[in-house]
Amino acid sequence: MILSRKLKDSISSKWMLACLSFCLLLPLAIGSGLVLKSLPLLQSHSLKELIFSEDWFPSDNQFGFWPFIVTSVWVTVLALIISIPLCLLSSIYLTQFAPKWVLKFMRPVIDILAGIPSVVYGVWGLLVIVPLVGDKIAPLFHQDSLGYSLLAGAIVLAVMSIPYILNMLLEVFRQIPVELGEASLSLGATKWETIKHIFIRKGSSGILSAFGLGFSKALGETIAVLMVIGNVPQIPQSMFDSGYTLPGLIANNYGEMMSIPSYDSALMFGALLLFVIIVIINIIFRYIIYKSELI
Amino acid sequence: MTVRRKYEENFFRFLSFLFTAIIVFALVQIIWTIAKKGVPSLSWQIISQEPKGGYYFGKDGGILNAIAGSFYLAVSATVLAFIISLPVALFMNIYLIRYQRLLIGIRFFLDVLWGVPSIVYGAFSFTLLMYLGYKNSLGAGTITVAAMITPIMIRAMDEVVKTIPIGLQEASLALGSTKTETAYKVFFREALPGFATAILLAFGRGIGDAASVLFTAGYTDYIPHSFSEPTATLPLAIFFQLSSPIEEVQNRAYAAAVILTLIVLVLSVSARLLKPRK
Repeated sequence: MILSRKLKDSISSKWMLACLSFCLLLPLAIGSGLVLKSLPLLQSHSLKELIFSEDWFPSDNQFGFWPFIVTSVWVTVLALIISIPLCLLSSIYLTQFAPKWVLKFMRPVIDILAGIPSVVYGVWGLLVIVPLVGDKIAPLFHQDSLGYSLLAGAIVLAVMSIPYILNMLLEVFRQIPVELGEASLSLGATKWETIKHIFIRKGSSGILSAFGLGFSKALGETIAVLMVIGNVPQIPQSMFDSGYTLPGLIANNYGEMMSIPSYDSALMFGALLLFVIIVIINIIFRYIIYKSELI
Repeated sequence: MTVRRKYEENFFRFLSFLFTAIIVFALVQIIWTIAKKGVPSLSWQIISQEPKGGYYFGKDGGILNAIAGSFYLAVSATVLAFIISLPVALFMNIYLIRYQRLLIGIRFFLDVLWGVPSIVYGAFSFTLLMYLGYKNSLGAGTITVAAMITPIMIRAMDEVVKTIPIGLQEASLALGSTKTETAYKVFFREALPGFATAILLAFGRGIGDAASVLFTAGYTDYIPHSFSEPTATLPLAIFFQLSSPIEEVQNRAYAAAVILTLIVLVLSVSARLLKPRK
């Protein structure tokens, strides 16, 4: 009886350990798999050429990722420019100014925003944002635009990243000790001055990390952006131009990548690029969060 | 001076309220748009039939293949992820509880893994499939989605198990139970209500994701009967039908979007209701 219990215990412990190791080895496997797959491309092209060249002609064996990288970063930065003030001020409102029930009401709103699949955001972008950009916003700036543009992608992406960033900011503001605010208020500062000088400064590393992680999340977003950005491989000159993001490139071309030599290798190199950039960003900002929690 | 401060205070109080309202408005706008476009084309036929001949030219049929496929895929991926996540979450909080530094490292690692975009999982799985010589299938899609949602599930479960006081573990061990028994009989039961939220969260992520199944699950007009057959999924059904020039087909994409949004709404509301009160 005791023996069988012990046996069960040792088997189950090993299984648990195996599961854990599997999870820890997975990213390594992903990384090395992608490296292996993109090696043929790296042997025939230099890394510098791949990243900084603007020529994207797969059938001529020319793979320049620069337009895709530029577009991806542009869209993501634009999206953050829109969503950062929204998230920062509304997290301040929800934790500092608003009565408790407003926060209770907002929780499910944030949940649902986070849960809506990206393809539904894409549909919404097609129906609302693309016409809005094409017919209303672009004429304001005296620009011609079909609407399928960086700006449309950025607006959709901004809305998508709101729940992600907002949740982290709410957590940051929740963790700031109440006494700190009370001390400032009792010295005669107004509520806003307390927030501006005390809370934002105290939470600065958390706030920065929220933005950083939001950036990496938005950078990897695929389908929604793909649907509204127009998918033209060029370096966009303004935010009303079409572009082509790196994830979109991978998603759009998997069908034909077997027919052109080293095309599949190139797409996997794109995935590798994305993977490395996002993991590095994640490590940096998670580390900042981790450090700030220690203090 | 004082007037200016008061003015500033009121200005930002109003502005922050306005921005919060904008976020709520965005959500209402999204749901309203999807509903307005999709509900009129929603019919029993769309929900209950597979695509028939000429479906993609606007003839009869529905998207039952995608609805069923999505459910098969999300359910099996969630089950698979659960089988991996449960031991890991319990292991971390029972066996590794004395090694706080290691535990912090693992959590850090899982959080980083959470950030990896689904398209990377999709691309990697596709490469692996090619290498192994398998075709796009429900099974391949399941494994990909499971790999994608496992870190989410582990961290969500870990957050629940973490709150169980260490005294409970000590009491169980003191009574002579093994660590496995402590894990599955005491901790599992204690954390069960919280697990429901974790599972629903992961399920929602799995059913809505398009980029990871684009490469791996394939697309077909039939409901799959085994893991080796390809399967349609709702997000891809929306994506493909929307790119059709025929209005009938596009309308069905909107209807599919309504169905997918409804599923996600139900999931997130029930996750919130099931969440144990602190």
